[in-house]
Amino acid sequence: MEALSAADIRLILNTADSLKPISLRDIKKAPTLRGKSVVNFFYEPSTRTRSSFEIAAKRLSADTFSLSASTSSMVKGETLLDTARNLQAMNPDVIVLRHSSSGAPYVFAKELRASVINAGDGINEHPTQALLDLYTIREKKGGIKGLKIAIIGDIAHSRVARSDIIGLLKMGADVTVAGPPTLIPKGIEAMGVSVSNDPAIAVKDSDVIMLLRVQFERQSKLLFPSIREYGTFFCLNENMLKGAKKDVIVMHPGPLNRGVEISNGVADGPYSVILDQVANGVAVRMAVLYLLIGGAKSDNVD
Amino acid sequence: MITLIKGGEVVDPHSGTVEERDILIENGNISRIFPKEALRKDSAVSATIDAIGKMIIPGLVDIHTHLREPGFEYKETIATGAMAAAAGGYSAIACMPNTAPPNDCRSVTEFIIEQGKRAEGAAVYPIATISKGQKGESLVDFCELAAAGAVGVSDDGFPVVNSELMRRALEYARYCGLTVISHCEDLNLSKGGVMHEGEISTRIGLPGIACASEDIFVYREISLARLTRCPVHIAHVSTGVSVELIRRAKEEGLPVTAETAPHYFTLDHGSVVGYDTRYKVNPPLRTSEDVAEIKKGLADGVIDVIATDHAPHDSLEKDVEFDNAAFGMIGLQTALPLTLELVRDGVITLPDAIRKLSSNGAAVLGIPGGEIKEGGIADLAIIDVDCEYGFEEKDILSKSKNSPFLGRMLKGRCDLTMVGGKIVYQRET
Repeated sequence: MEALSAADIRLILNTADSLKPISLRDIKKAPTLRGKSVVNFFYEPSTRTRSSFEIAAKRLSADTFSLSASTSSMVKGETLLDTARNLQAMNPDVIVLRHSSSGAPYVFAKELRASVINAGDGINEHPTQALLDLYTIREKKGGIKGLKIAIIGDIAHSRVARSDIIGLLKMGADVTVAGPPTLIPKGIEAMGVSVSNDPAIAVKDSDVIMLLRVQFERQSKLLFPSIREYGTFFCLNENMLKGAKKDVIVMHPGPLNRGVEISNGVADGPYSVILDQVANGVAVRMAVLYLLIGGAKSDNVD
Repeated sequence: MITLIKGGEVVDPHSGTVEERDILIENGNISRIFPKEALRKDSAVSATIDAIGKMIIPGLVDIHTHLREPGFEYKETIATGAMAAAAGGYSAIACMPNTAPPNDCRSVTEFIIEQGKRAEGAAVYPIATISKGQKGESLVDFCELAAAGAVGVSDDGFPVVNSELMRRALEYARYCGLTVISHCEDLNLSKGGVMHEGEISTRIGLPGIACASEDIFVYREISLARLTRCPVHIAHVSTGVSVELIRRAKEEGLPVTAETAPHYFTLDHGSVVGYDTRYKVNPPLRTSEDVAEIKKGLADGVIDVIATDHAPHDSLEKDVEFDNAAFGMIGLQTALPLTLELVRDGVITLPDAIRKLSSNGAAVLGIPGGEIKEGGIADLAIIDVDCEYGFEEKDILSKSKNSPFLGRMLKGRCDLTMVGGKIVYQRET
């Protein structure tokens, strides 16, 4: 998201608008990307993002091929650069890359003629998630500018939070992040957000609440005392939700930890747009693929 | 054989003067130094080196180099490292013990000394480990290592966590005449980090290393120096707080010395944006405020030494994901021009720069070098401080090319280096 301008973001969202109906038809396929090949290279496990990209590519008639770390030569000790070179030799049009190291798409993009789409790199960015979040907010709220947005959870280790913050600020939203002090990274204010350790303060009068998944492995790194304690103080429940605007929407990138960061009542309640996010993910990823290889070749989307 | 170096301006770190002198070298030693035009034609001279328009400095002394031999010869060998050092104006370098096997016993120390003698380049002085296998559990045989030729001890890269062990190391090392060099890092605090923890790491999503991980150990070493009254040398200072802690320790009169490396006064954490692994170094590049404090510490004498922390790594370790890349950058051939930048910027004087690059380091380790005087050993370098050039990969004599300064315009370089009267490097013109 760092590399995209507000105009770029609008173009992607508008394109997603026009591609979304394809998924609602009886025959969910358009010939736009016929003959193009898309490689889904997921060095880290992912269900949602990978299947979303796969469906998006197939609905545009591209050939898709999936590769995960366990089926690739990386388990045989091949370096990332060599993997990139080998993939390049097979001449794909797009490589969708998920990797555990921040900045890995840069290593890839330097080596490849194919376009590289960042499907999540380490704790850095997850741009298509942010785009689908922006799309969903725009769809529900009619716009993004001026909205009061709360992002709650592990801000420090979330690539979703980072991309959302960058995208939301570019589109003119007012963003507050909240979470226990151990999960708020140093210097986050410099990105242009407000910070609170009290989720109720962040939620107050908000138009949109974005929750982040609590990663259980963080607990072993001493970042918070227990899941129980987190659930007691940071879980978004119906009571806390009362402080928000009447028409608030609640978002979550999934998978949900029910009872930890989100209560059952909120997850399944009237304000939740979590499943709309998933549906919109396909449209947004179709838009990104279309814009990259549907017409003239353009720059990498990061 | 009598060699005459004619017409150069001699930088004398001891007197702080820069004056034109002619130098006569006989049997590896400086036999006479003549003031400008005082030398009459001397028929005994067998070779004359023209240094007109150049400066003559004591051969530089680097007290923090990684030579990778034994164990990692694909990155650097003692021969290639000593050669790169000579090309950078160094007549002596001290190499850190984190080889494989580590230099924790007499046979490895002796091997390094032998390889150093075979090498054509700067003289090589081994630094041994503090603890066996750098495990931080028990001291190595300090006295035996000192007798074998080790000049200092350091568990560089693997700081001694056990404060009791560090205390005993300081006490015992002084008795053996060894200098203890401390790599200050709280490994629990820095664990997983790959760059400075701050605004940039938050923005680009890389795990951070807080300044506190260095500061905590600097303060511990100062406390141990106060307790034992034994000297301790702080390696590669990177934070403003560390500079201030060392400043106060010196004001208190504690036997603490400190070094920094050129990258800590030249680059800041902004360089890491773009994920170029050549900027991945430990301690990490800090903020511009830290850089300013490092310069202040150099200017007021808190930081005694500019060392390179020359850390060669092959593309195998560097052309990978930022997380997985090795820490470190080479520095033997860029330390002099980068330090001269400080002189041009008015941060330190030229004699002070040469002092920090030579005599101060020699004094920390108690090894010869860092002076130009009659009767002294002829370890010196002739430098051209005005020569401006783009630093290119072909200029690098190290086996590894991991320099963040490639492509940068540098000013000042070494034309000739002499060790014991013997020319070990002469730049092709």
